[in-house]
Amino acid sequence: MEQLIQQLVNGVSLGSIYALIALGYTMVYGIINLINFAHGDIYMIGAYIGFALTTFLHLGFFPALILSMLLTSMLGMVIEKVAYKPIRKSTRIAALITAISVSLFLEYGMMYFVKPETRTFPEVLPNKQISIFNTSAVLDIKNIYILVVTITLMLILQYVIYKTKVGKAMRAVSLDSDAAQLMGIDINKTISYTFAIGSALAGAAGVLVGSYYNSINPLMGVVPGLKAFVAAVIGGIGVIPGAVLGGFFLGFTETLVSAFGGSLYKDAVAFAVLILVLLIKPKGLLGRNIREKV
Amino acid sequence: MKLINKKNMLGFLAVILTYAIAGFLIDKGFIDSYIFLNIVLIGINIILAVSLNLITGFTGQFSLGHAAFMSIGAYTSGILTAKLGLPFWVGILGAALLAAVAGIIIGIPTLRLKGDYLAIATLGFGEIVKIIGLNTDYIGGATGLNDIPRYTTWTWLYFCVVVTVLLISNFIKSYKGRACISIGEDEIAAEAMGVNTTYYKVLAFTLGSFFAGIAGALYANYFYFIKPDSFGFMKSIDILVIVVFGGMASIKGSILGAVLLSLISLFLQGIPELRMVVYAVILFLIMVYRPQGIIGKGEFKLFKKRGGLNANNQSK
Repeated sequence: MEQLIQQLVNGVSLGSIYALIALGYTMVYGIINLINFAHGDIYMIGAYIGFALTTFLHLGFFPALILSMLLTSMLGMVIEKVAYKPIRKSTRIAALITAISVSLFLEYGMMYFVKPETRTFPEVLPNKQISIFNTSAVLDIKNIYILVVTITLMLILQYVIYKTKVGKAMRAVSLDSDAAQLMGIDINKTISYTFAIGSALAGAAGVLVGSYYNSINPLMGVVPGLKAFVAAVIGGIGVIPGAVLGGFFLGFTETLVSAFGGSLYKDAVAFAVLILVLLIKPKGLLGRNIREKV
Repeated sequence: MKLINKKNMLGFLAVILTYAIAGFLIDKGFIDSYIFLNIVLIGINIILAVSLNLITGFTGQFSLGHAAFMSIGAYTSGILTAKLGLPFWVGILGAALLAAVAGIIIGIPTLRLKGDYLAIATLGFGEIVKIIGLNTDYIGGATGLNDIPRYTTWTWLYFCVVVTVLLISNFIKSYKGRACISIGEDEIAAEAMGVNTTYYKVLAFTLGSFFAGIAGALYANYFYFIKPDSFGFMKSIDILVIVVFGGMASIKGSILGAVLLSLISLFLQGIPELRMVVYAVILFLIMVYRPQGIIGKGEFKLFKKRGGLNANNQSK
């Protein structure tokens, strides 16, 4: 029982991270139908920016988080302009391979600059543990930080998407980009904003993970990137609440599998869940079914 | 059409001559073991690319799990030859058959999905196979399977490559192959014309997996040693890149792509730190400037008939 509570606490943190990364995947897919494989690497670069800011400039957690989000959002916009804009009209497979090439470029380019070894992220969050209901299960203060930051960011995102003009433009473009253009929406700008917001969320996730697990390396984005992508698909790719649902769902599934002794198979279970969900509901849990047209 | 005509005979002669000349050069030591290693890699890549091209290029089904079938083949052949001491042909046949069975089992449920969703499902399947491999002690787990006898010779390699290319290029010219191509062109239209799309999709997928299994067997019995990490997501991507680089739905393109990309990665080994960065840039440039691949859709003819617009020029 105690172990179960402990794993649920871990599940919330892991789920928050997946949800934050999955949001970026889903937003980008919703707007230009591209599986942005480089998204996991933006998360990695966010972690490195956080590392540099806290280690060399001795900034606190929140300034580092915000600066890192700003820088990753710029990086996201640059990637979109340089790499994805030229291939917007090409085939799916070419777009997919371009995304993979961007991902490889970021991973190994970063590895060249910061060296492949694992770095220790400084302790920027208070290291205090609270026991839950007088059991041996403990709640780390870091867990609360992760959850609070995630929920705050999601609320801001919700506000941006449903209450601002930019958000309205994003929703319009993802629904029908041609019609949106006819209504006077600047598609290029909207896509840029989408990348900026998605990348900022990934950057935030990177800093959170760095300060939670205290270790970062240039390939840290590969597995969480794939998992977050799985989360986005489980929830229904292109659907924003779906990404959050999928993220938490995947986080809990993984920690529960670990709790019952299957930690070696937790990645396999994540992918098995994905395949099952796709077979039962091909558009994801919250996805809408679109009728096939000739 | 007659089987024995001038074109077929010339092709047959060229195949035999290439085999004999290369075999002679290897025997006499003109081709050293380092060059032969790269020839083996190129041969395996050709089999993988041609078989994936049948699935992705001709039948139009996005697969990101091709390396998983290769790993099933590699492990099957490894177990049959190393643990049970059976001859190589049993290893190859077993590898191909087991990979094909895996293809049927995976294909029937997942091929109902389309486009990106199919890609993700096959990716997930590939990762599952890898993780099962990592956690099975009988086949060595994460440390891999060792001491596999080296049976892959020039003869076996050449024979397998030729058989793969011949069978797949003849398959796509057959009645069933045309059904597969029609699905690749437009699935809804094919279905409306009475093509049993599920059947042909699973058929193409199974055939592709069959040959991927052969490639796996050749790989395992050349390198003595296999581990599950070698057949991960990145390997599947590498195969897909060869197919797209060579040109979707072009067998000659896949062969050319396999040779060129193997050479590129060979040259990039000279700059180990920046190898992947340069590779990424090359991939990106190919996708931006030549997304249809070096040959483009359809077969490339050495002596093109004059007249008629080139499809590639039209699209630009």
